[in-house]
Amino acid sequence: MAMDKKQIKAVIAKRVAQELNDGDVVNLGIGLPTLVANYIPNDIDVTFQSENGFLGLGPAPEAGKEDPDLVNAGGMPVTILEGGSFFDSAVSFGIIRGGHVDATVLGALQVDEKGNLANWKIPGKMVPGMGGAMDLVVGANRVIIAMQHTQKGNHKILKECTLPLTAKSQVNLIITEMAVMEVTDKGLVLKELGPEASIEDVKAATGAELIIPENVGKFGL
Amino acid sequence: MNKLISVQQAIDKIQDGMTIMVGGFLGAGAPDKLLDALVEKGVKNLTLICNDTSFPDKGVGKMVVNKQFKKMIVSHIGTNPETGRQMNEGEAEVDLVPQGTLAERVRCGGCGLGGVLTPTGIGTEVENEKQKITVDGKEYLLELPLRADIALIRGNKVDKKGNVFYNKSSKNFNPIMAMAADTVIVEADEVVEIGDIDPNNVMSSAIFVDYIVGGDK
Repeated sequence: MAMDKKQIKAVIAKRVAQELNDGDVVNLGIGLPTLVANYIPNDIDVTFQSENGFLGLGPAPEAGKEDPDLVNAGGMPVTILEGGSFFDSAVSFGIIRGGHVDATVLGALQVDEKGNLANWKIPGKMVPGMGGAMDLVVGANRVIIAMQHTQKGNHKILKECTLPLTAKSQVNLIITEMAVMEVTDKGLVLKELGPEASIEDVKAATGAELIIPENVGKFGL
Repeated sequence: MNKLISVQQAIDKIQDGMTIMVGGFLGAGAPDKLLDALVEKGVKNLTLICNDTSFPDKGVGKMVVNKQFKKMIVSHIGTNPETGRQMNEGEAEVDLVPQGTLAERVRCGGCGLGGVLTPTGIGTEVENEKQKITVDGKEYLLELPLRADIALIRGNKVDKKGNVFYNKSSKNFNPIMAMAADTVIVEADEVVEIGDIDPNNVMSSAIFVDYIVGGDK
């Protein structure tokens, strides 16, 4: 039974959440990565950064309680949790580049076996700008890519990115509905298989060489 | 020295061809009254330095739709399709700068620094035509300062001397832009008496602020 889009996103977000540790400062990208916040285990404390200027990012406010001065990096109304703090954009990116962010979770258009990431531009088609993505990918101690394994059947995990890069050799881990893959000096290592994927499925859906260790784990729904 | 002026007096200071810095992040913390008045005045050929070009119906986004910028130095244009259209059709120049680099370039402009070395953009098209400098074996890009003729910022509480308190995430680029322009105009949600803001809570010192436009509160 194939997963629907909602289940796919939930599976990915849940698996990403397991990568986070107690005390981590984490920046989540817009879209699928935002869902990771819903799956943080209760026994760990994770602080979310919003690069427009605060730590302690909380959920959306109740209807009617929106504050135009309190938005996330997508411009949507949010809340700040107890113990949070506000700062200006220079400090915010000082936090990011200065190694104070333990992990960032972002989507990708393409990612390759050397850890290169392309997620900001499709020349001639889509040029939204990089926003804070280039700083986040360079600055965060750990870069986790959370995305669907393929785009309408086309490979997104490649030997080498063809789109303009967001950053060079910065990606550490790729998590999709089919697999968890680690970027290493030797190449892309298949660590775990998704709930409905076989090694052959992952190989077929991946445009890069995969290193398959003797023991490949499994993650669930 | 009286810094309080009307929206009209503030807008009279902005002429065709100037470079303006505008605070705000997707419109949050932006000086909307001043921007709406600029749309009405219709000054042209401006260069914009701002985090983003907001939305077509909001702040600097309206100015984009009104074709008031010849150049935009921003980190993100994805929420305003008109910016992308003007860029693709060669009607306006758009210089996309990583957000953290933009913040540091503005900071340098306001702090007397000749530039900043950042690892952001190494190995990407952002490094094109830029000087690379290696420090302790690590490569950095030299990014140069940005300054403007006029900065338009927004404060939540501003005292009559010009001390500014920003509310929540409306701070963003406002405090660094307050230091990086020849003339700084702050749009206040609320103008208060000198002494009403505890010096501990002043986020931009009055010395940076040339003019205050009062809010309705």
